[in-house]
Amino acid sequence: MDEIARAFALALELMLSGDRELYAIVALSLQVSLSATGIACLLGMPLGMLLAAVRFPGRRLLVVVTTALMGLPPVVVGLFVYLLLSRAGPLGDLGLLYTPTAMVIAQTVLVLPIITALTRELGEALIEEYGEFLAAMGLRGARRIPTLLMEGRHALVTVALAGFGRAIAEVGAVMMVGGNIRHVTRVMTTAIALETGKGEIALALALGLVLLAVALAVNALAHLGRRRQRELAHAGG
Amino acid sequence: MPAAELRLVTAGPRPLLRAEGLGVTLAGRRVLTALDFELPPRGLVVLLGPNGAGKSVLLRTLQGLMAPSEGRLIWREPPPRPALVFQRPVLLRRRVRGQLAFALARGGTPRRARRARLQELAELCDLTNLLERPARALSGGEQQRLAIATALALDPGFLMLDEPTANLDPAATLAVERLLTRIRARGIPILLVTHDVHQARRLAEWVLFLHGGRLRESTPAQRFFTAPASPEARAYLAGRIVP
Repeated sequence: MDEIARAFALALELMLSGDRELYAIVALSLQVSLSATGIACLLGMPLGMLLAAVRFPGRRLLVVVTTALMGLPPVVVGLFVYLLLSRAGPLGDLGLLYTPTAMVIAQTVLVLPIITALTRELGEALIEEYGEFLAAMGLRGARRIPTLLMEGRHALVTVALAGFGRAIAEVGAVMMVGGNIRHVTRVMTTAIALETGKGEIALALALGLVLLAVALAVNALAHLGRRRQRELAHAGG
Repeated sequence: MPAAELRLVTAGPRPLLRAEGLGVTLAGRRVLTALDFELPPRGLVVLLGPNGAGKSVLLRTLQGLMAPSEGRLIWREPPPRPALVFQRPVLLRRRVRGQLAFALARGGTPRRARRARLQELAELCDLTNLLERPARALSGGEQQRLAIATALALDPGFLMLDEPTANLDPAATLAVERLLTRIRARGIPILLVTHDVHQARRLAEWVLFLHGGRLRESTPAQRFFTAPASPEARAYLAGRIVP
């Protein structure tokens, strides 16, 4: 109990003290996870809608693969990206290993299947609702994708949040490709893992609380932005 | 009845559409069989028939959403652009203005002309005060008028409606009927599916009666309501359940 109380006090103190290192860690965490989520959304949302809207050879396989990869273990992604970026790997010459860019790549790989699979499900529901209407409007196949993205925009915010939640919370992938280097690639989750390992439980807990607060803040912001649009999304009566 | 009598006596020399031996099979089941009929180049035709008669399938086939498995459709030249108002109004997650703007863009209205055309459509369909409302928050009658305005935004040469007043109260039904009368006055031919015999009497100039996927009547409305030729139509009009 004592430990937890101390952690809360420390967390508050850390957040209010303007600790430069803490802010840098929080900023890097946000930068990496928001970038990865953004890239995954740019790729995964059109891809998910494509899987929903167009029948093509290999589609079913892609659907199964993206759905299965939703549960991809972060360490496996970390290992895969590590092998790609390590000196001997095919992209070794780029010298990206142990940089924030490597962490963004790893988290993008981790989040992309989530965004794609959830968008595809949403797209199928939208086609159920609008398919005939769009066909009567002269829109079939892939030409429906922009309208589907537009009509699904409110639900897509939730899809993006699910992706962001996965990115900001994972530790295995960023640890392997970032290396948890102080002032360079240390993010909240890797800092928590480190402090726990050192026995600094209160500090680790405090960092955990900060992480929670950051995740909540991002969700609250997205929710606020969505509320203004909400009336458009829901059928009246 | 000789085949010639099933044809429409139309106002103009060229019918809007001639269907010859039209048949539609869905998932191995024959839904429409050997339909022969003509649609007049203007005016309002009511398509009547019990549930399962194939009315909605016929509309979807004329709209091009389903392909005939037999026979053919011969449209007037140049072929009119058809527009279909679905039984349940399809509403985008946008404001009324946004939905109409979407349809105008799809219909090929030039960007410059869209604002004026949108205003005109809103006035025609009595939506002027609702333009900034979310489409999905409208009442049932308003939603149906928006669905009709959306179809009109495509600048159709032929308008089809699938039971547009099925779920509306009398006042909202009257508003839709008045709108249909205004659209007809603009020279757009209309094909209306309804279950409401009274509505058919009020609006129809010509009646197509479908039963079991076959066309039983293609008659001027007055004759259909006073002296229906087929036993199925007589039973339908008498309010009996048609087997």
